[in-house]
Amino acid sequence: MVIQREQDVVPFRNRVKEYAVKIGMSLVNQTKLITAASELVRNMLKYGGGGEALIEAVSKGRENGIRLTFSDKGPGIKDIQQAMKDGFSTGKSLGLGLPGTKRLVSEFDIKSAVGKGTTVTIIKWKNG
Amino acid sequence: MDRIPILRMGNFLLVTIQVDLYDRLALNLESDLVQMVSKTGARGVLIDISALSIVDSFMGRIIGNIGSMSKIMDAETVVVGMQPAVAITLIELGLELKGVSTALNVEKGMALLQHKIGSSEDLEEDQDDSSVE
Repeated sequence: MVIQREQDVVPFRNRVKEYAVKIGMSLVNQTKLITAASELVRNMLKYGGGGEALIEAVSKGRENGIRLTFSDKGPGIKDIQQAMKDGFSTGKSLGLGLPGTKRLVSEFDIKSAVGKGTTVTIIKWKNG
Repeated sequence: MDRIPILRMGNFLLVTIQVDLYDRLALNLESDLVQMVSKTGARGVLIDISALSIVDSFMGRIIGNIGSMSKIMDAETVVVGMQPAVAITLIELGLELKGVSTALNVEKGMALLQHKIGSSEDLEEDQDDSSVE
């Protein structure tokens, strides 16, 4: 899904929910996943100028989950370690976005190259 | 739909958020509410978020802002109807909504607001006097 405007966020969240419901994810985990997705989509819009979001159903052994990939071609993040700290923000926000998101999901991966863009991948297991 | 309706009930303003918010809508609500508080001299703001399936850090910040802004405009804010899954997620995200009063449902929220504002105020709800003091 291409995300270019704020209005794209709500339909995207709904799509994530559809996938999560399909694999039978509990309501609490659905809510965590969708909240995490919402944070990352906002980051992508705000800092990356929009980008693409991919939703996939994945499985590992007997565990099913949802994987979301967000990639933008924005300015990138200089210091990822710093960006992952609670309370750090270059914009006018609470600085909870990245570290908070990491707490909400099972797996979290961020890759960024200055001048090239940022890709964030998260996985939420059905029971994780 | 670009605005969340704000209802007036006596000294209170009542907001029921029925749609999932995108950021602009939330920002509009924030400014509309503060202006309504000023225009009507409302003493309390009740925000029903029972239909919200998620509250992320941005929405949480807006709720916090509404609380603080109303406070300096001499109005109390109570947020009601938060879903359990939303509460769990908010805390794990690291957002504690400090400074915002909450209640389980609209009825309890109303009672809390009336209690906060105190008995000195005229609380007849269907009367349409714009709180002349």
